[in-house]
Amino acid sequence: MVPTSWYLALSAVLFAIGTVGVLVRRNVIVIFMAIEIMLNAVNLTFVAFARQLGTVEGQVIVFFVMTVAAAEAAVGLAIIIAAFRNKQTVNADELAMLRW
Amino acid sequence: MWADVGIAAVKSIAVLLMVLNMSVVLLWVERKGSALIQDRIGANRANIFGGILPFNLGIVNTLIADPIKMFTKEDVIPAGADKLLHFFGPFLAVFPVLVTFAAVPFGDVLVIGGRTIELQVAALDVGILYVLAMSSLAVYGIVLGGWASNSRWALLGAIRGSAQMISYEIAMGLSLIGVIMTFGTLDLQAIARAQGAHLWGIIPAWGILYQPLGFVIFMIAGVAESKRVPFDLPEGESELTSGYFTEYSGSKQAAFMLSDFAEIVVVSGLATTLFFGAWQVPFLARDGWHLPGGVTLGMPQLVVAVLQIASFTLKVFALCCLQILVRWTLPRYRYDQLMDLGWKRLLPLALANVVVTGIVIVLVG
Amino acid sequence: MGPVTFAVLATLLVASALTVVLHPNPVKSAMALVGTLFLLAVVFVFLGAHMIAALQVIVYAGAIMVLFLFVIMLLNLQAEALDLDARRGGGAGLRVAAWLGGAVLAAELAWLFLHVTLPPVAAAPLGYGGAVAVARSLFTDSALPFELTSILLLVAVIGAVVLGQRRTS
Repeated sequence: MVPTSWYLALSAVLFAIGTVGVLVRRNVIVIFMAIEIMLNAVNLTFVAFARQLGTVEGQVIVFFVMTVAAAEAAVGLAIIIAAFRNKQTVNADELAMLRW
Repeated sequence: MWADVGIAAVKSIAVLLMVLNMSVVLLWVERKGSALIQDRIGANRANIFGGILPFNLGIVNTLIADPIKMFTKEDVIPAGADKLLHFFGPFLAVFPVLVTFAAVPFGDVLVIGGRTIELQVAALDVGILYVLAMSSLAVYGIVLGGWASNSRWALLGAIRGSAQMISYEIAMGLSLIGVIMTFGTLDLQAIARAQGAHLWGIIPAWGILYQPLGFVIFMIAGVAESKRVPFDLPEGESELTSGYFTEYSGSKQAAFMLSDFAEIVVVSGLATTLFFGAWQVPFLARDGWHLPGGVTLGMPQLVVAVLQIASFTLKVFALCCLQILVRWTLPRYRYDQLMDLGWKRLLPLALANVVVTGIVIVLVG
Repeated sequence: MGPVTFAVLATLLVASALTVVLHPNPVKSAMALVGTLFLLAVVFVFLGAHMIAALQVIVYAGAIMVLFLFVIMLLNLQAEALDLDARRGGGAGLRVAAWLGGAVLAAELAWLFLHVTLPPVAAAPLGYGGAVAVARSLFTDSALPFELTSILLLVAVIGAVVLGQRRTS
């Protein structure tokens, strides 16, 4: 049995990868995928702690995170499609319509 | 410990070989069966070594010649195709289909030398969820195969195919909820064992008696998942020149064909497990026959196990033949009819099935 | 799981996550993300969360990522549109600095978390992580969030349909 702190470290590395991906990449779809990596890193933390404490509440929270991520992915991708129809680009720098 | 590993390896190889062999047999049944249905002879000769052999083994020649042809053909990758994704398409199409059978029990137990071996490759407590998970991974083979081919036909076939597969996944999952509610468990071996009971001492308590509508919805959704006629629009041979696997040749095309036939076996295997009593033979228990009227006939456990495995194989084969019959009888669904059927008819029917099942369970107890 | 299995899984996970954020082709990034999600499901199985692992494959790897791939195919991003990062102002030096900063962040966080001391993990109770245990907690303690989630999903479906519609005007 691997100590729980190893899982936490792995989750932290994944979260960092996701964060830098969101900040550096310009393709909106890849930014979205990096957000999904961050969400999954957090899921891993929850499941690791649920195992540590021996309860299933952590897994129930993961269930809700997955549901919310599905809803967010659906709406976010619909927004991307709508924005693409208007501007013909998925570059985050050019999709700055609300900036002045 | 090594004995356990060895047993697990033998079981996995046995199941894999069973699926692959049944796919080849189904290829035979399909060609000859379709010939019978269409009042013609079908494939009955093939030239081996330029006609050296003085006799003709009928369709066996074709069954030997076809795979040899497919595996020795040149592997053509279209210009402008994404090589890595083009390579992974067939793999992702075949892998989930073959792996699904790991959760399906093909027998009760085998007692050898004091050791009780469960005749199921992976004894999962969430067996049905595992099956649904693997069938949702099968979409990627289609998506990648179509997208990476850099071809109009392939892309159209891929878009239609993936939309069809994800639509019918929902109906398939919902039809299984009725079964889960009836048997109260997600474990496939437990469901198989629960169907060994007999209602009023005579009628075997198979799933189809409890969930007839669930069976119908599951079969329709399963046939649509494997993109067989009448749902073979993604592969519409008269329209899309093979749809999503147009640009594949040689062993990659063989892999796609294999995934097609293996999926028939998998859908039949699941339907058998959930609705037709899996490996159960009526009145046969682990130690022998328990006929109505109190007559018991003892039988060695090995014979019982062999009978149960044979019963499972026969039932799966019967359902596969049913799917082949359906293929050569019905015309193809149009795309909007297909989506209409999946979303507007099967989905509400499956939901109604769940509600009615729940009410009946509460009333009967 | 043993340290060797963990090391292998962790390396694969980090490698596929890096492929997601580093690869210029969004289709390859999406497939790498599918791989990451599948590997995470394997890790969940090792942590005893069978139901969550199955749901991860069904929902995340099997549905959400298919949606991603659909959108990428629909937008039909051509090759010249893919290397967007090259056209961003600041040049290659700033990008490399950003990735190095990310590597430093990851290393620091990993070091911090590796030195967290937790009591040893006890054996899991019977039926831990199975459908019955998760469902019991879900439908009793978390019944209200469960109902709210269903409303959330309904709103998301309506929103996605409305936003994705083609305006014929």
